[in-house]
Amino acid sequence: MTLNTLAAAVGLALAATAAQAATLTVYTALEADQIKPYKEAFEKANPDVELRFVRESTGIITAKLLSEKNNPKADVVWGLAATSLQVLADQGMLQPYAPKSLASITPAFRDRANPPRWVGMDVWAATICFNTVEAAKKGLPKPQSWMDLTRPVYKDQIVMPHPASSGTGFLDVSAWLQMFGDKKGWDYMDKLHVNMAQYVHSGSKPCKMAAAGEYPIGISFEYRGAQLKEKGAPIDLVFPKEGLGWDLEATAIVKGTKQLAAAQRLADFAASRPAMELYEKNYAVLAMPGVAKPNPLLPANYEKQLVKNDFTWAARHRDAILKEWSRRYESKAEAK
Amino acid sequence: MLNMPARRTDGAGPARPASGPDLEALLGRILPLVWVAALLLAIAFPLMAMLGRAFLAADGGFVGLAHFAEVAGSPGLVRAALNSFAVSAAATLVVVPLAFGFAFALTRTATWGRGVFRQVALLPLLAPSLMPAISLVYLFGNQGLLKDWVGGSVYGFWGVLAGEVFYTFPHAFLILATALAASDARLAEAARVLGAGPVRRFFSVTLPAARYGLVSAALVVFTLVVTDFGVPKVVGGDFNVLAVEAFKQVIGQQNFERGAVVGLMLLVPALLTFGVERRLARRQAAALSARAVPFAPSRRRGVDLAAFAGLTLVSFAIVSLLAVGVAASLLAYWPYDLSFTLAHYDFSGVDGGGWSAYVNSLTLATASALVGAPLVFLGAYWTEKLKAAAGVAPVLRAFALLPMAVPGLVLGLGYVFFFNHPANPLRGLYGGMALMAVCTVAHFYTTAHLTAATALKQLDAEFEAVAASLKVPFWVTLYRVTLPVCTPALIDVARFFFVSAMTTVSALIFLYSPDSSVAAVALVTMDDAGDTAAAAAMATLIVATSAAVSLALSALEGAVSRRKARWKSR
Repeated sequence: MTLNTLAAAVGLALAATAAQAATLTVYTALEADQIKPYKEAFEKANPDVELRFVRESTGIITAKLLSEKNNPKADVVWGLAATSLQVLADQGMLQPYAPKSLASITPAFRDRANPPRWVGMDVWAATICFNTVEAAKKGLPKPQSWMDLTRPVYKDQIVMPHPASSGTGFLDVSAWLQMFGDKKGWDYMDKLHVNMAQYVHSGSKPCKMAAAGEYPIGISFEYRGAQLKEKGAPIDLVFPKEGLGWDLEATAIVKGTKQLAAAQRLADFAASRPAMELYEKNYAVLAMPGVAKPNPLLPANYEKQLVKNDFTWAARHRDAILKEWSRRYESKAEAK
Repeated sequence: MLNMPARRTDGAGPARPASGPDLEALLGRILPLVWVAALLLAIAFPLMAMLGRAFLAADGGFVGLAHFAEVAGSPGLVRAALNSFAVSAAATLVVVPLAFGFAFALTRTATWGRGVFRQVALLPLLAPSLMPAISLVYLFGNQGLLKDWVGGSVYGFWGVLAGEVFYTFPHAFLILATALAASDARLAEAARVLGAGPVRRFFSVTLPAARYGLVSAALVVFTLVVTDFGVPKVVGGDFNVLAVEAFKQVIGQQNFERGAVVGLMLLVPALLTFGVERRLARRQAAALSARAVPFAPSRRRGVDLAAFAGLTLVSFAIVSLLAVGVAASLLAYWPYDLSFTLAHYDFSGVDGGGWSAYVNSLTLATASALVGAPLVFLGAYWTEKLKAAAGVAPVLRAFALLPMAVPGLVLGLGYVFFFNHPANPLRGLYGGMALMAVCTVAHFYTTAHLTAATALKQLDAEFEAVAASLKVPFWVTLYRVTLPVCTPALIDVARFFFVSAMTTVSALIFLYSPDSSVAAVALVTMDDAGDTAAAAAMATLIVATSAAVSLALSALEGAVSRRKARWKSR
């Protein structure tokens, strides 16, 4: 290749990059198997914007965003717990923006500030995956409530996600503390800890372990439970009667992004009806009313079973809760 | 105008000696220093950056020992340190006698199939350390095939121990096989003539002769286990260890200061064992005499049968642990649907980057082999052959040994602190494949250097002497004589880099970005998400690739060696 043709080739490549316009770096804690359709739908509607996803579990993405506070690398956060986004909002790290369809979003499922710093997508909530085959072998009764899980019969039969790394783990702990009160909440976890076989890294893993019979009971969330049950795993989904801890998956623009216009288009899309129709395939309660359809695997009064969740309270206390949790139970936490 | 010719002469002045020995002397002084500088950049500076970070606050102020005090005061970390020590000591106590027995049977008996057994013993080198751990879950987990064989849970101390034994066995075996092969048959013969029985001969001749090998193997195993996090990550359960803790602090909580302290805690035992090991290596070399007669075992049916049985048992354990991992990747849905499927090899619905991570691994391994092998070979050439470099050679030699003292996990941490520092002009490299290749070559530099140096030492120094007297510059001798003769060693080094880059996780886990994730790292991510079958599939791909490339390069090496032998006989 002569120098001239080489230069021409480089020139062409540069021109091609320029035409492709923006690439947004998107931090997310969405499940790995959910990202692809979301990404494709957005890029189809916005062919000039390419999304580059950085996926980690909730705790890691949160820690990453906090540590990059002075030099943010993400443009948009799409699919992170509202509690975590509220922590970032409290630190002034999010760019307020009102997406076009904000008016049709349920007020409880968006940041209270105006314009909001984060806007909800969908609700994900605690669910117990209960392996019926292994339970029958071991003679374990099906638990009906959170309190049931502290019965001696379940000793070393339960796995749950680590609240520091997993958003699903944190929403459980946060809900127990809000539901039972501070003292009784920790007392409850002390008893639960006795029965806990392992604390694992991600919110999906407990249900995958239950589905494989590695441990009969996994504290997880409804999407993974329903998906594994549909695939034929011998599990029942249990919705404890005291109520279900939950959090919102939400979207936010990172303050200081150099691609504000493109980021706002993604924020518009994430709160739009077509996006909600994608979320609907995975979740039963959406931030935009009227899109959801009844899910045969979930109880009819599912939405009513969600406990009261105060994001501001959870965000303010997140650090202290995780510290206290770690002090009490760290000896049984799995890697990471 | 008048000045012109004079100036031209001036300009040509320094060029004239360039073809003569002066340029050679200059290059001889400069080139080794370039290598030293590269090693400083790739090893020493990152370590110093980590050291610094351990004493600084997050905002850069000096805090002295505050981070250390905090670590000492947190019961979780102290327990992790104790756990690390316990499992490393236990693994050493299991692996060293086991590997010694294996090596003894291979070198001191005339039993059958020794070549095959040797290859089997080295098989674990082809797999990332997470693979035996995954297999252990399938074998002894709560749904394990052989769950009834074990009393308790595989998660915890015993599972970690078993996985580490598999992972470190070939390392101990290689050292002990060399130590046993190198001992002098005349001593055993003398003892026999003096009337010592086989037991006495073993304890008074064989064991003392191999004692340096034993200590060295023990130190290597101990360090490998202390710093490995693949096995405890998968089967650790509630059994937390330091290596996992470093990971948890830096990746999980982005607490870099605490990560630096834990990194230092991991570096200390590695440096200590390294120091002891080097001392021993020097004394061992002195203990070997040039007149030693290699031991040639004779056929003793009873002994050979016992050796064969022992070798078979250990080999069976190694092969089955690998085979279970492969099988796990091919079963539809363990333990409820055992039909055959290739679905787990479609990584599209799981974390870790899937096939693109695999392709990245291939790129990284190829780059490490193609760049690392010539680099290491030239470095070894400067220290062993280049007369003009004699002054700087000891410095380079010392630096070439340094990487061995630095565990991958610690090196990776150091890279985070050094190459991701806002003031570092090389910061752009962070997160890219190039830096990952640099890290891999640096991480495995010592072993590669020793291989190349050994091959070079076997070449007669006469070549250089004759070349010098004929006024042939060193690069001509290097290209025409040294390189062709050392090609097998060069291939060997390339193979070592390739396989190491395919299987290593510890350093790269801190360096990858979403676009540059590699297969071994993807294993960790998949296991974290609970996608064990997909993780097994990726592990199988790694093993298959390492094995195929190893076989291909061995064949190439064989062909080259045969040509070299023809050349010798001519």
